[in-house]
Amino acid sequence: MKVLVPVKRVLDYNVKPRVKADGTGVDLANVKMSMNPFDEIAIEEAVRLKEKGAATEVVVVTIGVPKAETDILLTARAMGADRAILIATEDEIEPLGVAKLLAKVAEEEQPGLIILGKQAIDDDSNQTGQMLAALLGWSQGTFASKVELGGNGVKVTREVDGGLETVDLKLPAIVTTDLRLNEPRYATLPNIMKAKSKPVAKKTVADYGVDVSPRLKTLKVVEPGKRQAGIKVGSVDELVEKLKGLGVAK
Amino acid sequence: MKTLVWVEHDNKHVKDATLAAVTAASQLGEVHLLVAGLGAAAVADEAAKIAGVGKVHLADEAAYEHALAENVAPLIVGLMDSHDAVVFPATTTGKNIAPRVAAGLDVMQISDILSVEGPDTFTRPIYAGNAIATVQTSDKKLVITVRGTAFAKAATSGGSGTVEAVSGAGDKGLSTFAGAEIAESTRPELTAAKVIVSGGRALQNSENFHAIIEPLADKLGAAVGASRAAVDAGYVPNDYQVGQTGKIVAPEVYIAIGISGAIQHLAGMKDSKTIIAINKDEDAPIFQVADIGLVGDLFKIVPELTEKL
Repeated sequence: MKVLVPVKRVLDYNVKPRVKADGTGVDLANVKMSMNPFDEIAIEEAVRLKEKGAATEVVVVTIGVPKAETDILLTARAMGADRAILIATEDEIEPLGVAKLLAKVAEEEQPGLIILGKQAIDDDSNQTGQMLAALLGWSQGTFASKVELGGNGVKVTREVDGGLETVDLKLPAIVTTDLRLNEPRYATLPNIMKAKSKPVAKKTVADYGVDVSPRLKTLKVVEPGKRQAGIKVGSVDELVEKLKGLGVAK
Repeated sequence: MKTLVWVEHDNKHVKDATLAAVTAASQLGEVHLLVAGLGAAAVADEAAKIAGVGKVHLADEAAYEHALAENVAPLIVGLMDSHDAVVFPATTTGKNIAPRVAAGLDVMQISDILSVEGPDTFTRPIYAGNAIATVQTSDKKLVITVRGTAFAKAATSGGSGTVEAVSGAGDKGLSTFAGAEIAESTRPELTAAKVIVSGGRALQNSENFHAIIEPLADKLGAAVGASRAAVDAGYVPNDYQVGQTGKIVAPEVYIAIGISGAIQHLAGMKDSKTIIAINKDEDAPIFQVADIGLVGDLFKIVPELTEKL
């Protein structure tokens, strides 16, 4: 069975985002970009399925700037993906558009399972996996912390409010990863060297003939309200007094 | 605008998360509710009493018992012929279903809104809450998820909605519910608590977490939260996690103990009214957002604090 893993290039999670002074967005010029952390978990899971013999091939796909080929797609192949697809565009594409493009890729590639991250840490939408499942008419196992393939199905343990929930899904299926699914491996230097010879198919958005024009217009982006500077207390007694003052202690 | 609100429930009672979604929906226009479940007639009756509610649609079938997105989304898509917008609380259930509905309607969902600025304009957080975007949609139908802590809760009484049975396509046969493990807790629910006591990696192990954090929480009648580090290290279950990838909370008082204050964690709690931090590192980022800070060893401070309260 083939596993398809869509990945996204985002502002590195350690970098504090700076809002542009003109309010048009977040400044992404000359800042470190990386693979979305949830997507690394998705690749790791796919590669583990292959190592267990449950998957035959792992294909990664990204939609974004051409530079993604030499950073995140290289990392993905070094982690163990067999080949990559780059759908190049300079535009920012919304989850609905991304899901439409991925649905076309799925038609071409015919994977048995598509594993995505549960959300991208830039737009925090948490939509693409579910939208893709809807467009393909497939089952969905979102926020997965455990994935077990067997027979014609996949058992997915999901992180839900209040605890865990397990669902049995018919294949083909969509899984979106939560943080505790696994710990992604590092791409080692020898594997990065080897990854350079693994193929990358270069496509453009126009190749897929779907309308990805944006539905949402960002009118402005601002910094959240700043909190007032606080005080430091010197002892537990002072803290107790403060808690009494707040009415949470008698 | 006729707005449908997804009612979050456990087939017995309406969950609190619904109430904030009703408030957001009422800012758009007429509010209708959808109760999908099994044996959920009592939930529908309870929902009909929520202030400002018109019609309550009740879809009562085995296929809807566990709110599986594959079964519920087509039901909602069908109801959107007679509604202009659908609003979900941004809970794990809401986040699971809403995008499937949006794709079914060919519209872009607006996730986790903080405010309604107009009939087609909303604010929402991006980059872990480090920026707030104002977005305007050009879609004909709206699909929205609502951040529970950003809207007041609608009153649970005073409404006089009418319950009306609806049916959908039922079981699509794509998925089945196999079981759930719900963490037992006698303390207040994290997202609804007035006071939260949260622990981080500095607690060192599960025993310390229970021995140090929980007595203080119980003294204050508080819910217990945790940072991702404490959850990943196995001190507490994952549903304790506060942050971008866990729960978003905004209590009256948030007490962060042994938590450094990474961006990811702050995204989940920086709208708390008063933040108190106890940490031995006086340069920890948590002190930049804390209203009251105490620098020192939590193993000494917290037991002393618990005793003096």
